[in-house]
Amino acid sequence: MMENKKPPPFYSIALLSASSLAYEVLLMRLFSIIQWHHFAYMIISLALLGYGASGTFLSLTAHRLLPRFPLAYLGNVAMFGLSAVGCYLIAQQVSFNPEEILWDPNQPLRLLLIYLVLTLPFFFVANGIGLALTHYRGEITRVYAADLLGASIGSLSIVLLLFLVYPATALQILGTLGFAAAALASWELKYQPRRIALVLILLSFTPLMLPAGWLALAISPYKGMNQSLQISGTRIIDEYSSPLGLISVMESSQIPLRHAPGLSLNASGEPPSQLGVFTDADAMTVITAHTDERDKLSYLDQVTSALPYHINKPEKILILGAGGGAEVLQANYHGAGHIDAVELNPQIIDLVREKYKDFAGGLYTAANVDVHIAEARGFVSGSAERYDLIQIALLDSFGASSAGLYSLSENYLYTVQALQEYLARLSPGGMLAISRWIKLPPRDTLKLFATAVEALRQSGIDESGNRLVLIRGWQTSTLLVKNSPFSEKEILGIKKFCEARSFDTAYYPGITAAETNRYNVLAEPYFFQGAQVLLSDEAATYLQNYKFNLQPASDDQPYFFHFFKWGALNEILALRGQGGMPLLEWGYLILIATLIQALIASVVLILLPLLLSRRLLNKKTKNISHSRISGYFIALGLAFLFIEIAFIQKFILFLHHPLYATAMVLASFLLFAGLGSAWSQRYANPQSDKNGVKGAVTGIISVGLLYLLALGPLFSMLNWLPIFMKVIISVLLIAPLAFCMGMPFPLGMARLGKAAPAFIPWVWGVNGCASVLSAVIATILAIHFGFTVVVISALMLYGMAMLVFNGGWGKE
Amino acid sequence: MNIIMCLCRNRFVLLILSVFVLLMGTFTQAQENYTKARQAMIKEIEADARITSFYINKKEFDPKVMAAMSKVPRHEFVPWQERLSAYANRPLPIGHGQTISQPYIVALMTDLLKPERQQKVLEVGTGSGYQAAILAELVAEVFTIEIIEPLGNQAKERLKQLNYRNVTVRIGDGYYGWEEQGPFDGIVVTAASSHIPPPLIQQLKPGGRMVIPVGSRFMVQQLVLVEKDAKGNVTTRQILPVRFVPLTGKH
Repeated sequence: MMENKKPPPFYSIALLSASSLAYEVLLMRLFSIIQWHHFAYMIISLALLGYGASGTFLSLTAHRLLPRFPLAYLGNVAMFGLSAVGCYLIAQQVSFNPEEILWDPNQPLRLLLIYLVLTLPFFFVANGIGLALTHYRGEITRVYAADLLGASIGSLSIVLLLFLVYPATALQILGTLGFAAAALASWELKYQPRRIALVLILLSFTPLMLPAGWLALAISPYKGMNQSLQISGTRIIDEYSSPLGLISVMESSQIPLRHAPGLSLNASGEPPSQLGVFTDADAMTVITAHTDERDKLSYLDQVTSALPYHINKPEKILILGAGGGAEVLQANYHGAGHIDAVELNPQIIDLVREKYKDFAGGLYTAANVDVHIAEARGFVSGSAERYDLIQIALLDSFGASSAGLYSLSENYLYTVQALQEYLARLSPGGMLAISRWIKLPPRDTLKLFATAVEALRQSGIDESGNRLVLIRGWQTSTLLVKNSPFSEKEILGIKKFCEARSFDTAYYPGITAAETNRYNVLAEPYFFQGAQVLLSDEAATYLQNYKFNLQPASDDQPYFFHFFKWGALNEILALRGQGGMPLLEWGYLILIATLIQALIASVVLILLPLLLSRRLLNKKTKNISHSRISGYFIALGLAFLFIEIAFIQKFILFLHHPLYATAMVLASFLLFAGLGSAWSQRYANPQSDKNGVKGAVTGIISVGLLYLLALGPLFSMLNWLPIFMKVIISVLLIAPLAFCMGMPFPLGMARLGKAAPAFIPWVWGVNGCASVLSAVIATILAIHFGFTVVVISALMLYGMAMLVFNGGWGKE
Repeated sequence: MNIIMCLCRNRFVLLILSVFVLLMGTFTQAQENYTKARQAMIKEIEADARITSFYINKKEFDPKVMAAMSKVPRHEFVPWQERLSAYANRPLPIGHGQTISQPYIVALMTDLLKPERQQKVLEVGTGSGYQAAILAELVAEVFTIEIIEPLGNQAKERLKQLNYRNVTVRIGDGYYGWEEQGPFDGIVVTAASSHIPPPLIQQLKPGGRMVIPVGSRFMVQQLVLVEKDAKGNVTTRQILPVRFVPLTGKH
């Protein structure tokens, strides 16, 4: 094509790619605050189809844009800067309320509007990178490497940035970086006239100068925090932000918060004054004011979670998910000896330990309390201590839990393996106590019971029935798992505890039907019946016939909150008019809805250019097989993210911090894949590209299989290592796999660049669509079959891609 | 001149008259439409009630309750932009992050209270005032407390205009109930609370019933019925608003 072509604007491409990956993470953060996490997931998945749309757009317009490459590139990059900020600000003004979606025909339209608006920033990014890939097709592998390396930097930087600034400020900064990427390109490309660079630099300051009013987050009025703020005298007195969440501290000066969920009907007192602590404007936990009047704290003894303190006198206590400290206070109230309190979010700990230390009466600095910043599961598996009581608090809010919002989130707290680890940390006669919200028909509580039975069985205890106790109020349930059988005397204590508080016993060794369903009456004693059957030989049939999924979660399928079963869908939908909607487990349905929408959009986006573009169908390319090309790139697009997503989960179990593990694994994958892509340049010729792909795929499959077998044992062997060693080991483990994974895509593109360059934008779009589908399909596969199956599917897809590549692009 | 003036004036009067007639026409038309919509809503609730009979141990809601439901003009209780949906069997937003409950749920909750003519009922969480109006049709006195000031004032004004003289609205914290007026035969708690306030249980008469919808603003997950027996013992019944048995097969 052109002589003396200038080198590609590598720095600009990397910066653009870094900003767009950061933007994706930031959008997730922003929408988790203003909306709910599961809708954030759907919105962003679909917005990412902007990549696919760009492929379609470029397929049709590349021949006009490429002759003016520098201008087209600059324009799209600058438009990213503009739309990254602008489109979010528009999208958050669309008043969308997910709870009305099945009733109100306007809601789906508003949702559609949000997708469409948010597609734009990704569309412009993809245009920029797609144009660069097409324009510099002799150097495709290096352009792609710059893209991946940029993304790698972006994935780490955004985590850092979100520690430093509020999400709204991060949005401004990313807008600025978008313009900066354009300015950088004008310098790298020596774009004339030079004053364009100056204009772009000036423009890059505009996002920073937006009025604060525009940037205020439009949080849904139905989120817990906004509901509370309706009450006069309430105000937010403090706000902290980190990638773990936006923490808001609320004071209620006129009407006390009186947060005491699950309080007995027989209770008389009310809690002392409290501060509400919201995470992402929801999920309230409280910091309770210190009081010397013991009476004022008696409510802590009037809830189901107080049960273990009445069985024996636990001395050494571990509290997982300590939050604002309600359970620590409860343990102190009952005269605990030593307490280890574990909380993931350091900002919440700081509130209790520093900022509101006096208010909380030094709760977290008391001599008998050690507070640990850690992920609960990681803390337990790294600990050598033995506890008389391990107490797992009610971590999620009732609202979110009852709507099934967590069903998509991996959760390693309530798996069979987790319960086994907790049990292994108990002293002789020690107990594990887990409280959950009561849902009707029963879901969490019975699933937890089933999980405990399975954990005991796998730990080699057959007589699990005499180690379990389940009690319930109308609001909460508490399950006790003891590491020895309950004694007669202990059971008597349990009965007395329940009777005094009008709680019902749902299970204890030797329980009879007459002793259940007395105070909080259900149509049938569901909890009692469920517990009985789950301990019997008929457990499997019961799980099969139950209309919600109660199958215990495992580390390979860590979806405790996935209760949905297809069989019940029709029945529930038919009950819509009578208020049957809460029976729907939303999270899973949203996942399916996302898949369907993404699939339809992808098919349209992929087929459209083939129907409309004469260039893709002209003489030169008539021997090129569309299905072979798309087969190759779809397989790669699916497989790459399958592996990435599955290994993020495997490494979370090793690194124990969902956020750091995700950022670290993602960055490592992108970094080494980028290096692999750069390295693959040497194979990018018709003589050796087959060998390149063959070598890479062989590497991926063998390393992948090895890891499937060896990572589990390796991780448990190395669990004692300090975290920085674990990080180094993780990076080293990811390196070879990711390096190989970086090669097949650019080699395919390079071959296409020689045989049929008109297809490059189209393939770029195919890859974009496949990536969106991949993330959704990976989660669906993991929910139903586990992450092992996700990895195996990915390895098979790589194998298929290699076979297609060996056969060439021609029609057979 | 005069004649022309006269004509003009006559025309003017005519115009005014015709506009008036037209407006009246639309007005009566609208009223008729609302009445029709209300009747359709009643039919829907009755059909739903038949399916739910399993839980409430009877085939239909109390006819008195249904009569009240068919009398109270629900469209007066929703914001103007929601009026067209006023009689749809679904909850509607009323501003301030609050909602007016789904008609079926209102009927079910009212029915669970077993209202009688001579009774005194307390409501915590007035909202639009719709539930209070329904209760006012059925019992002697309704006392209702709203914590969100503008909502409370709106409801007070609205109930006054609709001539519900046996409803007293108070703005404030409902946690301690309304001691001066207690004890009550029935209590409805629609305001979100992390637990059932002990003072409310105390203000329930022996034999009295308290109903609490549990869930989010738009979705009631279950209804909790608190019953105090003649001896003062308190129990709850947890009621799913729909007939849904968790097991398939014969269990």
